[in-house]
Amino acid sequence: MAQRSKYPPLLIVRTLAAWAITLLLFFPLGWLILTAFKTELQAIAVPPLLFFTPTLENFAVVQERSDYLLYAQNSFITSVASTVLGLMLAFPAAYAMAFFKGKHTKDILMWMLSTKMMPAVGALVPVYVMAQFAGLLDTRTALVIVFTLSNLPIMVWMLYSYLKEIPHEILEASRMDGATLWQEFRMVLLPLTLGGLASTGLLCLVLSWNEAFWSLNLSAAKAGTLASLIASYSSPEGLFWSKLSAASFMAIAPIVVFGWFCQKQLVQGLTFGAVK
Amino acid sequence: MKRLLPRILLTPAVLSLFLWMIVPLVMTIYFSVIRYNLMQPEVTGFAGLENFEYFLTDPSFTVAVVNTLLLLGSVIVITVLMGVGIALLIDEPFPGRGAVRLLLISPFFVMPTVNALLWKHMMMNPIYGVLAQAWKFFGAAPLDWLTDFPLGSVIIMVAWQWLPFATLIFMTALQSMNREQLEAARMDGATYQQQLRYLYIPHLGRSVAVVVMIEMIFLLSVFAEIFTTTSGGPGDASTNVAFLIFKEALLNFDAGVASAGALFAVVLANIAAVFLIRMVGKNLDT
Amino acid sequence: MAYLELQGIEKEFGDVRVIRGIDLQIRQGEFIVFVGPSGCGKSTLLRLIAGLEETSGGKLMLDGRDITDEPSSKRDLAMVFQSYALYPHMSVFENMSFALKLAKVEESVIAEKVARAAKILNLTDYLQRTPKELSGGQRQRVAIGRAIVRAPKVFLFDEPLSNLDAALRGQTRIEIAKLHRSLGATTIYVTHDQVEAMTLADRVVVLRDGKIEQVGTPLELYDRPANQFVAQFIGTPQMNVVAAKDIQAWVQQMALPVEPDGFLGLRPEHVTLCAAGQGLTNARVELVEALGAETLVYLSTAAGVQFVARQTERTSLAVGMEVGLRIDLDEAHLFDAKGRITRTGKARPTLVH
Repeated sequence: MAQRSKYPPLLIVRTLAAWAITLLLFFPLGWLILTAFKTELQAIAVPPLLFFTPTLENFAVVQERSDYLLYAQNSFITSVASTVLGLMLAFPAAYAMAFFKGKHTKDILMWMLSTKMMPAVGALVPVYVMAQFAGLLDTRTALVIVFTLSNLPIMVWMLYSYLKEIPHEILEASRMDGATLWQEFRMVLLPLTLGGLASTGLLCLVLSWNEAFWSLNLSAAKAGTLASLIASYSSPEGLFWSKLSAASFMAIAPIVVFGWFCQKQLVQGLTFGAVK
Repeated sequence: MKRLLPRILLTPAVLSLFLWMIVPLVMTIYFSVIRYNLMQPEVTGFAGLENFEYFLTDPSFTVAVVNTLLLLGSVIVITVLMGVGIALLIDEPFPGRGAVRLLLISPFFVMPTVNALLWKHMMMNPIYGVLAQAWKFFGAAPLDWLTDFPLGSVIIMVAWQWLPFATLIFMTALQSMNREQLEAARMDGATYQQQLRYLYIPHLGRSVAVVVMIEMIFLLSVFAEIFTTTSGGPGDASTNVAFLIFKEALLNFDAGVASAGALFAVVLANIAAVFLIRMVGKNLDT
Repeated sequence: MAYLELQGIEKEFGDVRVIRGIDLQIRQGEFIVFVGPSGCGKSTLLRLIAGLEETSGGKLMLDGRDITDEPSSKRDLAMVFQSYALYPHMSVFENMSFALKLAKVEESVIAEKVARAAKILNLTDYLQRTPKELSGGQRQRVAIGRAIVRAPKVFLFDEPLSNLDAALRGQTRIEIAKLHRSLGATTIYVTHDQVEAMTLADRVVVLRDGKIEQVGTPLELYDRPANQFVAQFIGTPQMNVVAAKDIQAWVQQMALPVEPDGFLGLRPEHVTLCAAGQGLTNARVELVEALGAETLVYLSTAAGVQFVARQTERTSLAVGMEVGLRIDLDEAHLFDAKGRITRTGKARPTLVH
């Protein structure tokens, strides 16, 4: 093999190309983040400003708007509640299917997968009508229920695949050591699954937080989530861009960061294990 | 006891999903064959296939279907082609690769409504938007994206959001490539193009199929972007089937027609689903 | 009375009968080895004894008690798994003390027992580490330690050495043997490696297709195999077995009492080489394996019958050369058409000091 220099030309080209594409694709998001720290005038400056003194005034203004806090609170509550509820429903099911494999296990899993296939729009009318009938329009309850059920198949799948990876022999060893079923669950299985529970929960959190379809249709002023709030800015008057950016930034920042942590789970969860 | 425990554990999840699937479906079928207007609940009666006829003969319907397919097709093509390209580019290590990965996948986690507004105001605004500035910089007249190219603008937004997903999938798939196979090919004297053609592309074939199917299912329901930016307009230039159903249901309050449309959308989605399920089913046996 | 007794044990997986009627009596303190080819059911049998699988039929008695329907946690058995199955989230100390903790033993007693077991297995310095910080050999010792601490009625080992490299395997084998001698515990050990079987066992149980082929001490199995399967399974290289049809000349010549459809078995060490023409028959050398302490010569007669000869002397033979085969037919084992033994060869004399 010929001697290679530490930085072969191909690597340099590749690096430059990769960075160029990345920066280009990230640009809209990056611009949003920058604008959040500008004043309104700076935000609409022509030509667009790249260098400026950052200010935090936008964040302060947005914070003060009480309805922003309300919406943020709704997003938070609905995401967390649907995640917890989802885990409580999904974990026993995943456990049953991973450790008591029966004739129908595969069928049940595939069926769960198929329920996710239906586009949300297909259920819009009945769900809306039911919510109206039950007086649950514009309530967080309705959203929590809908989020939970939408994410349930993915959660069951992911927990199932985590549980399957636990070597049976470890659980058998605990049985030999004298553990009852409950002790086996509490002292051996649960500690080993915590990672899986956390990742699945994180993914559900991200999906619920970003969920826009149901939020826009089932909620309005009282239970609206951040998704609805931001949507309502679609044709405002006056100068508002940097505030919009600040509000958007606050709405998406935590989730983008969470997303970085659960990329792997995202791939597995959204492709139902078809890509590992 | 041994048989009973798993059944008890499974029941809550299975039951709730079953209800979630059956109840709306049954209701949708019911609504689609009666007259039901949310604003006039007292008007009832069997409508037979009237609702379907209405929905299917609505001039917006054909446009909506075409738009849906255009949206679907364009986004899929863009995300797959660019996704494969980017994944191949960053498959081998280079300085800053970790950061690049993080930056590349970020758009996917942005809320759809933020995504929509980001593009509508920051990028596409014909006066202040960045794209307008860039166009002016190169001496061209800026475009009024949302008015002149409504569907195209939506396509851009949605593609930007889903490109990270496709890229991430392809990156993962590439990682699982058999390195020894590549080394053997290199030792056999294969050029990069040949490696691409005989090793990389076939290996990626399966993940491309998965990405196409997943995107088909999720993109059928693109809604937030349209709602937030163009509201399906101007006219129905950027209305897709999902938005059309929404319009019927919550703007015209005609639940009957909307339900008929919904069934149509469900059938479309199921076609894609059948293939995906089969592929995933094969994976389950491992 | 037997300490551990298997009576008519059966196991079916769906329609497949994996264990087909096993009867076995094990004395207290014995080291029993289950050995056999893949799929013979040895691991399944072990798991049935452990209670990790339910029997489809038969009875299991331990120390006078019927444990057939007892769950694993109540059988007072300890198992060392092939993959060690250590608890990844617990330290070595916690791994070894888990069972005692579940049994609500006092902490001071636990600490003492763990310390003692750790000393025997050289694990005292590693008690606070987690399994992922240990090497393969260390993990294996923790798995053994976990079993020792419990002082169970019977130790069960499921191919414990197969994940170790060759050097470590030999070493650990000796340690297990010493451990058994000092603890005197009843042990059932499953392996596919007949060297482990021969060296560790008080008695060996050879299994095939879910049935016992033969039970006996290692040397009994070696010298007096009950059938062709056992004869060829035990002993490396394999016993030379030829069909009586292929050696009709010898049968007539020596008036060997072997059935016309039967077989003749000869251990490699009972095949000696001489100059061509001077033995029972001639053969061509196909391969010579010089192992240092012994030499193996692979031969083929003109009729195509294959033989392996083993000798302690070095040889100058090379591939292609013609040699004569000398065979002591008193040492031959004769089998009938179904492989059952009809006459065993005479055993090697025992040196008395």
